[in-house]
Amino acid sequence: MNLLEVRNLKTYFSTTKGMLKAVDDVSFHLESGQALGLVGESGCGKTTSALSIARLLPKEGRIVGGEIFLDGHDVLLDSENELRKRRWRDVSIIFQGAMNALNPVLTVGEQIAEAIVLHERLSKEEALKKSQELLDLVEIPKERYKRYPHEFSGGMKQRAMIAMALACDPKLIIGDEPTTALDVMIQAQILNLLERLRRERSMGMILITHDLSILGETCDHIAVMYAGKIVETGTVTDIFEHARHPYTDRLIRCFPNIHGKKAIPEGIEGYPPNLLDPPAGCRFHPRCEYAFDRCRVEEPLTRHVGGEHTVACHLVEETR
Amino acid sequence: MSQQKDAIVSVEDLRVHFEVRQGFFSAFSKKEPPVVRAVDGVTFSVGRGEILSLVGESGSGKTTVGKAILQLVSPTSGTVSFDGAPVPQDRQGLHAFRQRAQMIFQDPYQSLNPRHYISDIVAEPLDVAGTDLSADVRDARVREALEQAGLTPADDYLYRYPYELSGGQRQRVVIAGALILKPKFIVADEPVSMLDASIRTGILKLMLRLRDEQDIAYLFITHDLSLAWLISDRIAIMYLGKIMEIGAAEEIIKRGLHPYTQALMAVMPVPGQVRESGRTVLEGETPNAAIRIEGCKFSGRCPRAFDRCRKEEPELVEVGPGHSVACFLV
Repeated sequence: MNLLEVRNLKTYFSTTKGMLKAVDDVSFHLESGQALGLVGESGCGKTTSALSIARLLPKEGRIVGGEIFLDGHDVLLDSENELRKRRWRDVSIIFQGAMNALNPVLTVGEQIAEAIVLHERLSKEEALKKSQELLDLVEIPKERYKRYPHEFSGGMKQRAMIAMALACDPKLIIGDEPTTALDVMIQAQILNLLERLRRERSMGMILITHDLSILGETCDHIAVMYAGKIVETGTVTDIFEHARHPYTDRLIRCFPNIHGKKAIPEGIEGYPPNLLDPPAGCRFHPRCEYAFDRCRVEEPLTRHVGGEHTVACHLVEETR
Repeated sequence: MSQQKDAIVSVEDLRVHFEVRQGFFSAFSKKEPPVVRAVDGVTFSVGRGEILSLVGESGSGKTTVGKAILQLVSPTSGTVSFDGAPVPQDRQGLHAFRQRAQMIFQDPYQSLNPRHYISDIVAEPLDVAGTDLSADVRDARVREALEQAGLTPADDYLYRYPYELSGGQRQRVVIAGALILKPKFIVADEPVSMLDASIRTGILKLMLRLRDEQDIAYLFITHDLSLAWLISDRIAIMYLGKIMEIGAAEEIIKRGLHPYTQALMAVMPVPGQVRESGRTVLEGETPNAAIRIEGCKFSGRCPRAFDRCRKEEPELVEVGPGHSVACFLV
């Protein structure tokens, strides 16, 4: 059974200018112990998808359609009370700005213990003790649990956030750009750490990023999002070596490859669409070099093209 | 180290130290106040129309070098020369210098005044420079700068506010502002690191085009080795205020000799590469620059450090044409 099953998820935001379709009919799944990379440009709905799974949307955001099953449990039926119990145990999120996510007036140990006390029958002392074990797990010296966030470096704060996310042994951990603000060396350390923890504890992991280049080393599967839709999914090899959607192909080519020819990548002309009024047909058609009449009027369906590889593009059908 | 003959900017033994502000009572203490050695003896030059990348992690001092060149922070010692002569220190001289050397900052979301029209933002350097221009000429200069920065037609942008533009367009506005005084040298501090990959390449292409058309030289500050390789002629690798290795971009990437350069190469993510085995990652983090390190600054994290590295500091030694390394191993 799949650990996570997202079917036809639609999450809209009501704004003063109308309905913003941040996530529009998105489906994907994740087996336990596997890592899925969710990749796309800013504003394509990656974070909204993650917040929908954890039911942490801001009040303007509403899930207007679809289903989310986590370990067989229908997440969308939960009341706020049930949700509070389930968060941290079922799913926890590591947010992007670790520097801003920690409370500056509490010690790091206290903050980790706070989450434990809320969910497990442990005294504060026991929880503090467990917080030391968790720090040890993320390779921070135990003694530092008494320290305040400002005494930690950026990389250590991000490790502390990971320790907190692990506090209640979640089944699924979501990293929302967990390494974006960090240096390359620290990024590599954090990615190695996440990889190790995922294997040791056989957790499911969703890694949200705009940086395609880090996914090859950390994920089993990749889902590529564009303007609120998933345009292509597959194994890492499917995506990197046999990309079928023009957007995926162009996105991969945006990253310089030092083992290849030294030339400035082509980039993608234009900008992602405004999701208040997305283009008709395929949402990528205004920026797509292969777009033809059908792309402008008819939305492409998601099709299986072998194995677990799926693509939503009219071209795939035409060339079959 | 030999200075290039036709250098637009050359830096000799530049040091920038910051004193750490102390509490009131420490005035009575006999201990010397701690000093952060942000830049600690850096020598290099940038040729006309050349792009030199300064690569390093946070805290390596790369941004401070850029600011010290433009006299935005004052160097503790060392000299900065521009166009063959030391950068003047008097008010008038600095005023003239700043018209020819400009800076592009990292974050286009914070470096533009949200309440000004794009036209005013771009014209501001011109107004500050105090050149007495008629409204017509000023207007023409703004349009020219916007169009050079790829914001065409300029009319579409003149009377818009920053919030109406995307990140890539904003960074083009920043570049237009830097271009309006027709500089010969630009310090570009992480100009694309806030932008999506698909937008990045447009900005890089623009920078290269300006170099070709207007012979502008860049000091390109970045933490991303692959970007540095892509855009620059030469690369200098910095660690804790020192240059560890400097040479032609291709040479550094393909045949980098310093253990730190090699460590940076090892962790660089490559798109499409599925790496099976665990990669070698340096342990720990860049130490605090306020702590004095004996010997090589990298010795504490270097996997190949030996006794001498902890006692003596290696000098930059030329190992090939234009390629210098500061390491006892080579």
